[in-house]
Formats: sequence, structure tokens, C-alpha cells
Amino acid sequence: MSATDYAPKPDTGGPAQPLLIVKDLQKHFPVRGGLFGRTQAKVQAVDGVSFEVKKGETLGIVGESGCGKSTTAKLLIGLTEKDRGEIIFDGLSLGQRLPLKDLRKGVQMVFQDSYATLNPRLTILDSVAFGTKVQGLKDPNGLARKMMDRVGLNPNRFAHRYPHELSGGQRQRVNIARALAMSPRLVVLDEAVSALDKSVEAQVLNLLNDLRAEFGLTYIFISHDLNVVRYISDRILVMYLGEVVEVAPVDSIWKSQAHPYTRSLFSAMPSMDPDNRTQEPPLAGDPPNPINPPSGCRFHTRCRFASDVCKSDAPRLDGLAQNAAHMVVCHLYDAASGHPRAGQGIPA
Amino acid sequence: MTNLLDIQNLTIRFKGKRTVHAINDVSLSMKQGETLALLGESGSGKSVTLKALLGLLPPKRTDIAGSIHVNGTDVLSLSGKALQRYRGGEVSMVFQEPALALDPVYTVGHQIAETVMRHKGLSKEDALSTALDMLDRVRIPSANRRLNNYPHELSGGMRQRVMIALALACRPKLLLADEPTTALDATVQIQILLLLRELQKEFGMGVIFVTHDIGVAVEISERVAVMYAGQIVEEGTTREIIRDGRHPYTRGLLAANLHDVARGERLNAIAGSPPALEAKPDACSFAPRCPRALSACREALPPMITPSERRRVGCLRADETLAAE
Ligand SMILES: Nc1ncnc2c1ncn2[C@@H]1O[C@H](COP(=O)(O)OP(=O)(O)OP(=O)(O)O)[C@@H](O)[C@H]1O
Ligand SMILES: Nc1ncnc2c1ncn2[C@@H]1O[C@H](COP(=O)(O)OP(=O)(O)OP(=O)(O)O)[C@@H](O)[C@H]1O
Ligand code: SF4
Ligand SMILES: [Mg+2]
Ligand SMILES: [Mg+2]
Repeated sequence: MSATDYAPKPDTGGPAQPLLIVKDLQKHFPVRGGLFGRTQAKVQAVDGVSFEVKKGETLGIVGESGCGKSTTAKLLIGLTEKDRGEIIFDGLSLGQRLPLKDLRKGVQMVFQDSYATLNPRLTILDSVAFGTKVQGLKDPNGLARKMMDRVGLNPNRFAHRYPHELSGGQRQRVNIARALAMSPRLVVLDEAVSALDKSVEAQVLNLLNDLRAEFGLTYIFISHDLNVVRYISDRILVMYLGEVVEVAPVDSIWKSQAHPYTRSLFSAMPSMDPDNRTQEPPLAGDPPNPINPPSGCRFHTRCRFASDVCKSDAPRLDGLAQNAAHMVVCHLYDAASGHPRAGQGIPA
Repeated sequence: MTNLLDIQNLTIRFKGKRTVHAINDVSLSMKQGETLALLGESGSGKSVTLKALLGLLPPKRTDIAGSIHVNGTDVLSLSGKALQRYRGGEVSMVFQEPALALDPVYTVGHQIAETVMRHKGLSKEDALSTALDMLDRVRIPSANRRLNNYPHELSGGMRQRVMIALALACRPKLLLADEPTTALDATVQIQILLLLRELQKEFGMGVIFVTHDIGVAVEISERVAVMYAGQIVEEGTTREIIRDGRHPYTRGLLAANLHDVARGERLNAIAGSPPALEAKPDACSFAPRCPRALSACREALPPMITPSERRRVGCLRADETLAAE
């Protein structure tokens, strides 16, 4: 693949301008409830999420199933309408100076459910070439074949097949090829590699790294596989029940997770030793109902370190004393919080 | 006691514009209550094997040879009512894609209750209470309310748990699970794996668990079979495969994992790509990518070497000591 095949929109804001700034993003889904099925209740899927992604950076997002990762991703590309908050792409605010269709030229998304996102009536080649055809690019089929090749799908063998004639991993690679064919500047990958076997996964991760090196691509990488997130990301953002609870450079968080939820998450990685299998899940209890999230710190109902202040007061995002780039939302790290262990963090 | 599962020389071809030789002479047996992880290359035939076990392949476009017996039942001879009774009753499946198993127009409670009513003949009321119990067992929070949710109202992870509930609701003898935890975060994944381990013991059911994650295989299964290009290239206990994987493909797979790789460093993908499956293999399918291939590997099918009981490796060089590399 050459530079002419991959032609992202030029940079406008300069290298210091974050490619993406998300401010106080909120999405509450109405759900049926009550006697006559009137909508009363709301699922607080995403609640006050803020973060930045620098140009050429990869931000990994992890968190419990249902904590709002996919909703956040869909809000970013305008696929779900936000209730509140601001999305600023390369300095331009979505809905103000940046129309949705311009945002979509710069951002592509690879979805979690590969089967649901491919048109069953289109051949693989037509699916991959579809977007670039709509954009009126030259030789969309040629480009599509090159992209298929890059994700390890031999075009001679797969171009004329239909989605149901592919394995799960093959379909997911079609989705990746289709997104990359559009030459995006930001790619949001939602569980994009989890259906791949380890060797093909390695191939796709190598490709993502190459594209980043060659074209300065920026990624938001959502995954449950912590090893993959560590490998690909510069920073990791951890969500719990619609909120950000920790965001930190990958080395720092890998060495020591500050938030009690993050700590449980990391210790839940499967054992690699058949003689030493996991006996107890590190995080017990059910995730709370997102319609009626707990008061104060949303994690307090499952946290080993919760004290009274955690039930009444919501902690705020702040940098750690020893490393300001490692940010956490927890009373244990705030010397003035009134928690019995205020300012001391998790006991060793 | 009869084996829970006996697959003999299973061969599956898809007919179409081009023929795909998806499964090539696979034999596999499992005892009652055993757990087996199926690892392997994307496209190697793991899902097709499970679909064959469920009698789900479209007969018009597939040629199937060989035999499959589950608890003594000849699966390939089933059709109509008998097939429906078997499917979802005796054997059930948790799919890779929730979209394939859950109907978007019915609530999840309705779908589970429906299955239980059909297979167990329960009243609607009892079926709904079974549905509620199953949702609880797979740790769906506020299960009572979730009964009335439609699949699209659930997160990916929750949909996956609903599928597990649906599959277990009729207490099958054999559970087929096609990557059911790939969409779950680590904390929920480990809960589900421990839960499956518990239910597996309680129900005494056998489990075939397709996964790409070796850690997951370690947590869930006593035995592992590794597939490549529609064949089983290696089988053994989980311990044997992890500690002493013999087939070069198995070794490549173990080496491609990300555990100790530095950030951004190039990963060890196995070079090359899998064969086209347009013809029945007449030599070792892995030879074109194999770092240890000899010319004999390209000339004939490799022998199946059996280093110990129920341990097999389809590689000419499997007997050589590892130090000789
Ligand atoms: N269209 C919708 N209507 C109602 N509720 C929804 C809708 N989409 C998502 N939700 C709810 O919003 C919450 C967040 O869902 P989301 O899919 O963003 O989670 P996630 O972090 O991506 O989870 P997973 O890791 O399981 O994919 C969940 O409680 C989910 O049930
Ligand atoms: N209906 C079909 N028609 C033609 N070819 C098919 C059909 N279904 C599957 N195949 C092919 O058969 C082979 C085996 O597919 P299968 O879905 O079993 O792979 P898999 O091992 O489950 O892979 P993955 O890990 O990616 O899910 C693949 O090469 C696939 O492209
Ligand atoms: S604020 Fe309190 S409840 Fe929340 S994570 Fe910290 S210690 Fe636990
Ligand atoms: Mg999701
Ligand atoms: Mg599959």
C-alpha cells in the first residue's frame, strides 16, 4: 500500500491540538417502565465522560460489560445523539463549526458485532468498496482489494463471497478493511480483534502499528483483552457504570492500578497455569442498576475500601501525588476527602 | 457407558461457485462430563464443526461424510421433529454472534420461556420462572426487569449472558460454546467461566468451548484440541498442550500471545496465510508456513503420532525431542 492509497484529510489544528476532546458527554436512554409502559426510567449509560486523545496517540478504553464503552464510541461518531456535552475534533466543535458529515470523513468505527454490521446482500468486495464509491474516489475496487490483502484476506479467494460464507474472524477483518479504505484520521475500534485467533490478531495489530507510524493515525481501542490493550495503547481509560474512574499512561497503570475497580479488573485476567486456576472471582456482587446508580462513588457498593464518605460524596478526577499524569477518581487518594485512609491509596 | 461424543472421519464440503473443503477427516471423542477447548486458526473449521454437531448446516449446499454420535444418537440421520427435539434439548449452543441466536422482536424472557415450554412442556408461568432463575444464575443484574428487555436494549456482554441462560435452560447433556466470553470484560468473563465450571459439574454436562484465548482454555477445560485447515492437528490435556505443545502450529499459536511483548514491538504472527481449502489436503496443510517442514511433509499426509493415551499430534516430526530444534 502506498501513500496515494491512504490519503487522510490534512491536519488543520497543528500537532499540539488534541485530535479529539470530549467534554462532559452524557447519554441517558429512556426505558419503558411504570404501570402503563410510560417512559419514566432512564439508563444512565454515559454520564459526564471527559477525555482527550492526542494526534497519533492510542487511547485504550476498558471496563465492565455495560459500563458505556460502546455508547461512548457511538456518541463520538454521532451515531447516537448525545444529551449533553461537547465533541471537538481537531479544534472544531461538532454541531457548531463541524457538521456531522465532515466528522464522519475523519472518523471510522469498527463495531463489536461483525455480523450485524455487514450487508448480507453485498459481496465482500462491494462492502469494502462501498464507502469509497460513495465518496467518488478513483478505482474503489482496486483499493478495496489492497485493503483486503493488508488484513490477511486474499482478494482472489474472498472478494466474491457473501458474509455468511465467512468465519467470524474473516468477517471482522472485512470490517477493518472497510474502515481503513476510507482513510480516516481517527479509527474507533470496538472489540475489533476479539474474534480473531492470536496469530491473525498479531497480524492486524502489526498493521495498525504500521499505519500509525506511516500516516500518524490515531486510535481509540476498546477491548476486554487487557494484554492487547496494554500492547497497543499509550494511555488507558477505565470506565465504571457510565463514568471515568481512572486514566493513566499504560506503564504506570500496568505496574500499579490506583482505583479499586481497576485493581479487581486486572486481577481477573485468566490464569495461564493449569495447576493454578482461578478459584474466586476477584470482584463479587452484581453490577448496580444503571437506572438508579449508587450515590457518592458509584463503586461503593462493591468496594472493599468504602467508608461513609464514599456513600455520600462523589470523588473527583485528580492526578496522583507521585505522578500527575496518572489520574484517578477515588477518595483514597484525596488527602482532604475525610476517608479514614485519605491520601494513602490502596494498602499494599 | 457410551461416549458422550463420537465423531468419526467427518468431512464437510461447501458447494458453491467454489468448493470449500471446510472439514477434512476429523475424528474426536469425548467422555460424559468432559470439557474440551477447541483452539485454532480463524477459518479452520471450529464453528462449522459445532454447527454440524447441531445439524445446522444447510443440506442443499453441503456435502457431509463420516458420522457423528451424541449419547449414541446418530446425529446426521436426524431430521424434522427428532432434530428439533435434539437441538436445544440434548445439545445446545452458545453462538459467537448474539445476533444469530436472539430474535430481535421478542423479549429475552419470552425467548427463554418459549424454549423451555417447547422442550420440557412446562406451563407458561413455570417457564417464565425458569427464565428468571436462569437470568439470575448467569448474573444478570435486576433479572426481573431484564426479562422484559429486547436484545438491543442490552449491552454486548449482557446479550452474551442471556444466550448462555437460553442454552442452559433445558439442561443439555452437551453444551457447545462458540467463543461465548470474548465479548465480556475480565471480571465478568471469569465469573462466567467459574459459573460454567460449576453448572457443568452440577448438570454433569459435557462442554466444547471454542476460544482464541489460551488463558480461557486453561480456566475452563481439561482437554484441548487444536484445529488447522479443517483438521485436528493436536489433542491432549490442557496441561500437555500448554507445557508441551508439539505441533509447529500449536507452538506458533502459543508464541503469538501477547503476554511478555514490549509495547509497539513487532508481534510474532505466523508467516504466510492458511491454505485455500479448495482441494482436499494430500499433504501437511501447515507445511507451507512451517519452520520445521521437510520435503516429506509436502508429499503425503503426516501420520498421527500418539505419544500417550488420548494424546495425538499430526506431525511427522512430533516424536523428535524438542532439544533437537
Ligand atoms: N438503545 C439502548 N436503549 C436502552 N439502553 C441501552 C441502549 N444501548 C445501550 N443501553 C444500555 O446502556 C448501558 C451501556 O451499554 P454499552 O453497550 O455502551 O456498554 P459497553 O460498555 O459497550 O458493554 P460491553 O462491554 O458489554 O459491550 C447498558 O446498561 C445498556 O443496557
Ligand atoms: N456457508 C459457507 N459457505 C462456504 N464456506 C463457508 C461457509 N461457512 C464457513 N465457510 C468456510 O469454512 C471455513 C471454516 O469456517 P468456520 O466458521 O468453521 O471457521 P472458525 O474456525 O470458526 O473461524 P473463526 O475463529 O474465525 O470463527 C472458513 O474458511 C469459512 O470461510
Ligand atoms: S471512593 Fe471509596 S468506594 Fe469509591 S473506589 Fe474509592 S474507596 Fe472505594
Ligand atoms: Mg460494547
Ligand atoms: Mg468461528
